[in-house]
Amino acid sequence: MQFKGTDTYIASPDLMVAVNAAIALQRPLLVKGEPGTGKTILAHEVAGALGKPLIQWHIKSTTKAQQGLYEYDAVSRLRDSQLGDPRVHEIGNYIVKGKLWEAFDAPAAPVVLIDEIDKADIEFPNDLLLELDRMEFYVYETRQTIKARNRPIVIITSNNEKELPDAFLRRCFFHYIRFPDREMMTHIIKVHFPELQRDLVREALNRFYELREVAGLKKKPSTSELLDWLKLLMVDDIPVEALRTRDPSKLVLPLHGALLKNEQDVHLFERVAFLARREQGG
Amino acid sequence: MFVNLFLELKQAKVPVSLKEYLLLLEAMQARVVEAGVDDFYFLARAALVKDERNLDKFDRVFGHVFKGIESVGDALAAAIPEEWLRKLAERMLTSEEKAQIEALGGWDKLMETLRQRLAEQRGRHQGGSKWIGTVGTSPYGAHGYNPEGVRIGQDRGREGRAVKVWDRREFRNLDDDIVLGTRDIKVALRRLRRFAREGATVELDLPDTIRATAHNAGLLDLKLVPERHNTIKVLLLLDIGGSMDWHVTACAELFSAARSEFKHLQHFYFHNCPYEFLWRDAERRHADRTPTWDVLHTYPADYKLIFVGDATMSPYELSQPGGSVEHMNEEAGVAWMARLTATYEHAVWLNPTPAAEWQFHRSIAITRQIMLDRMYPLTLDGLDRAMRELNH
Repeated sequence: MQFKGTDTYIASPDLMVAVNAAIALQRPLLVKGEPGTGKTILAHEVAGALGKPLIQWHIKSTTKAQQGLYEYDAVSRLRDSQLGDPRVHEIGNYIVKGKLWEAFDAPAAPVVLIDEIDKADIEFPNDLLLELDRMEFYVYETRQTIKARNRPIVIITSNNEKELPDAFLRRCFFHYIRFPDREMMTHIIKVHFPELQRDLVREALNRFYELREVAGLKKKPSTSELLDWLKLLMVDDIPVEALRTRDPSKLVLPLHGALLKNEQDVHLFERVAFLARREQGG
Repeated sequence: MFVNLFLELKQAKVPVSLKEYLLLLEAMQARVVEAGVDDFYFLARAALVKDERNLDKFDRVFGHVFKGIESVGDALAAAIPEEWLRKLAERMLTSEEKAQIEALGGWDKLMETLRQRLAEQRGRHQGGSKWIGTVGTSPYGAHGYNPEGVRIGQDRGREGRAVKVWDRREFRNLDDDIVLGTRDIKVALRRLRRFAREGATVELDLPDTIRATAHNAGLLDLKLVPERHNTIKVLLLLDIGGSMDWHVTACAELFSAARSEFKHLQHFYFHNCPYEFLWRDAERRHADRTPTWDVLHTYPADYKLIFVGDATMSPYELSQPGGSVEHMNEEAGVAWMARLTATYEHAVWLNPTPAAEWQFHRSIAITRQIMLDRMYPLTLDGLDRAMRELNH
């Protein structure tokens, strides 16, 4: 089982090594990187490439580690007991399986995506240490141990909002997705828009990397935004000349809304573009 | 097998443990990668480094270990900007020497010479200032020069040779060198936690449930309450004046710890003393200013105000209108300090200068007076006392 990227996902060599190491040694893979560089997509693509089901667990600020294992629905049991429902005698009826239990139970090892683990409470990763290490946990209510039939491939993404505990990190492989360079980006675009004209791509990339260079942007546009923008350019049939134009009256890029997501950035970009062109003119 | 790599990483303060090293060996045994140093580099990186801030250190250590170049001194503690080194090289070598290098077979020799020069210079300077700065403005290099940096320059300079992946040092920007040592600070900051119930109702309120169920003649009536959260809000004002360069590491550690500890943390920068403008971003302070009035009006009075600064300046910067070193301020610094401390009842000043030296600076005395003596040294103990004060 080797992951080599897919038709729709270009993986850099270092990412491939990291993914394959995680698969071979059955350890979780922690992926970090700028937003929009394909962290979450990676899990989808790995699952697709290896022909395995994907189980997604999206983490929110209120998510508890226990919810990934199981939840004991005491409230409905209490209600049932008051209404005299016979199900009440079997506690197992009130154990609700979580995502990890689901994954451990699967007949073939699935890919588990724990998305944005840093959104949760600081203690969240610590609470999952043993579960991810041994791939087993204990259900207190029914006194049974749930063990993974096949160790799933676990991919964890983080946006760096909180620091993760060392004990947790020690158990993972780690990969930081760097922002793709121009060559890599051209590949990625080719995969997504095979019929796009080459000079349009080149010009769009020029403008895109120019935009990323603008100092002080609150949010630099990333791969996913570039792809959206290209799609819009294609749909609207924008000619290459429109990207190349140095006409001072059209300062801003066509359809820049796909790239810049807040008004301060748009203002900043307008100002920079204006200055640059004035210099050129003078 | 790769014990050297492991030990050197440890020495370079990359937090690696035996567990990770064994993981790497296991991966090698499982033949995750075929022979090939590039793949091995990727694998070792994925197994041993768990934080992008350490990737650059890892690259340097890796390059070093697998080239067998002896390091000179306690190299990797400080990262020095590359231009800085390049300038140093230009300055250190005369044009004759440059010609000599050509004759002597290129950069290897050059680096040796440079190293010798650096060693000499270090020896000479140790009496007085500890720094080998260009003009003493650089906050970097507090731990001495960095021969590893020289080595990197060397690899770059070798013409006609492909630069190795790890020598590209693409992760340099991510290395902020402040992860270590923040833990103690975090613990101290934790004193400032105050839990209150806020948000959606998710927790069972047992006493209330029992009461309500009894009211209902035994039919269950569940009562829920919101979860407890840390509700402390902090407004952090940091001095970035020239004299603060000495305390850059301590402040960065404090800031990094504070950011992960408080959910509501707002920070602004000032120069020596807060006046009518504050800055969000220290590098763009002329472009992106926030009026102090706006800050006062935006953040409610229940914010805890923490100043971080050495408060060493000319007393006029505090007491006189127009006393600021960098602009014409219409109102004196004390007026703004008074406004800030009047708005935020809970305020402290953390001073990175050792407390024993406070008496020698008149401006510190004035500041302490304005702060009603709530100035604490930026040590763990001082931090602890400051947090207690804020919690009153």
